[in-house]
Amino acid sequence: MATRSVSQSGDPVEVHQRPWLTTRRVIIIVSTIVFLALFGIPLLNVGYKMVETPSLFLQQVVTGLTKGTYLAIIALGYTLVYGIIELINFAHGEVYMMGAFFSLSLIGLFGLSGESSALALTFGLVGIMICTMTFTAVLNASIERFAYRPLRNAPRLAPLISAIGVSFMLQNVGILWGDHNLWDNLADWTGIDRLTRIGDAMGSNMVAPKSFPSLLPNRQVPFIPDSWFTFTWKSLLVVVVSLSLLGALYAFVRFTKLGKAMRATAQDRDASRLMGINVDLTISLTFLIGGALGGAAGMLVGLYTGTAVFNMGFTAGLLAFTAAVLGGIGNILGSALGGLLIGLLLALSDQYLGSRWSNAVIFAILVLILVFRPTGLLGEEGGQKA
Amino acid sequence: MLQLNDIHTYYGNIHALKGISLHIDQGEIVTLIGANGAGKSTTLRTISGITPPRRGRVLFEDQEINGIPAHNIVKLGISQSPEGRHIFPNLTVRENLEMGAFTRNDKQGIEEDMERAFNLFPRLRERSSQRGGTLSGGEQQMLAIGRALMARPRMLLLDEPSMGLAPVLVDQIFEIVQNINEQGTTILLVEQNALMALSIAHRGYVLQTGEIVLADSAAALRDNEMVQKAYLGIE
Repeated sequence: MATRSVSQSGDPVEVHQRPWLTTRRVIIIVSTIVFLALFGIPLLNVGYKMVETPSLFLQQVVTGLTKGTYLAIIALGYTLVYGIIELINFAHGEVYMMGAFFSLSLIGLFGLSGESSALALTFGLVGIMICTMTFTAVLNASIERFAYRPLRNAPRLAPLISAIGVSFMLQNVGILWGDHNLWDNLADWTGIDRLTRIGDAMGSNMVAPKSFPSLLPNRQVPFIPDSWFTFTWKSLLVVVVSLSLLGALYAFVRFTKLGKAMRATAQDRDASRLMGINVDLTISLTFLIGGALGGAAGMLVGLYTGTAVFNMGFTAGLLAFTAAVLGGIGNILGSALGGLLIGLLLALSDQYLGSRWSNAVIFAILVLILVFRPTGLLGEEGGQKA
Repeated sequence: MLQLNDIHTYYGNIHALKGISLHIDQGEIVTLIGANGAGKSTTLRTISGITPPRRGRVLFEDQEINGIPAHNIVKLGISQSPEGRHIFPNLTVRENLEMGAFTRNDKQGIEEDMERAFNLFPRLRERSSQRGGTLSGGEQQMLAIGRALMARPRMLLLDEPSMGLAPVLVDQIFEIVQNINEQGTTILLVEQNALMALSIAHRGYVLQTGEIVLADSAAALRDNEMVQKAYLGIE
């Protein structure tokens, strides 16, 4: 024990000869042996499979990274909010789900389908994305205003529980939203017949997954030969939109006056007030941005996977939150990196180990990384924020 | 210019300021001296609106400012360099200074004041793209003062600018404070280093457990037996 305390405190006064075989090293060696004994052969097998058909491996890498880009966008929502008020916004996954539902409703309302003209689709989808992002931005900021702000000086558990509560409430809203009877009745009361179209888009079963019409071209992009790997216009769109959002956010936080005020507020709230920064507004702004990103991700995922379901926010939220922690929560680039990594791991593990193992693999790797870098991959000592 | 009338400030149930009244005239350096916990910093926080008073009035140029949110008080022309410096550790020196000018929109004026801050503290210019958290204590203090000046305040509140600094730096900081005052900024200076504070101030107040026990010109305070014993270490 004595040697351990010396090595940890790093106190130069107490330096004396340390035995090579410290407790820590023993633990590492033993656990490595146990790990290899248990998983060595399966791992070799996986490695062999990866090399055996490189095209399949490459395909999974591409699929994983595509998935990773939208996970990254969701992860940013967690990381921004955590950076500024040190709250894990458990409702963020549900904001993302609401984004998917809202965009599906608008798609139904405007009657966009695979048969619509390219022009109508382009403008329709861009318009719907803007509406969706506005909707989820306002939703997220309202959640902060009514569920978190009143608890700002309460013990830290209080807003956390409040967040979990909001998350469940929104899941129920998702169930109600998916009930076509609701929309039919609304259409009757208001006399707006168009509302029944939303009901049609939701299908007959309120809790069942909703299907998005296939609006994005599912053809191979021309500049990548089929023989390498499949990469469709749909995937390209997801990647391009996600990366642009990420880039825009990074530039905003890094270079604009408001972005700097966000970082300042994250680092020292009282000092920010002394600078004349309206802290409440800045926090609202953060939730607006996080919500907009979540909504965009919801719509992208809906279009990409073709489905939306009321509890989609839980699974995706968990993965995205993990991504944020993995990369260093509070750090924008770290969270984006974490998202890409998780997407990659997910795809590879789905392919080579079977999807039922994927969560175990992801969290095992998370634990492993946190043991060696407790602040995440890009997180800094004391936690760099936003 | 600034007037406090019977100010009572609380932290929860703790009665931190028990009826403080004081005034600062245009162009003065006024210092608050007192022991730890006497309420010096609380007085500044009350003026800035961070801990608003429960009773009493704060008047700035005859306008009542207690009750105005902290972020709007800066716009009126009062800025503060807080105790413990509180610079933003992950913003660069330049970004820290920019934050000081957050309420202003005159790009050119901000650029001029940035230049002025760099001229006052040449060390900051050398380190302008370095992160605030990597500066030494003295440099951080310079940054905190420079940042407060970026609001182009008419009234500057300085909380313990000499804390934790080497004696050479203390002299330098106080010289600069005097310099800022001569350029037309009124200053309220909170200090534990009473000797230094009284040497540059025009007037001073002595605080003891939330109350003002003495108010006089700086010279008179320096000669006061009680002050000498308690704060100047002269027997």
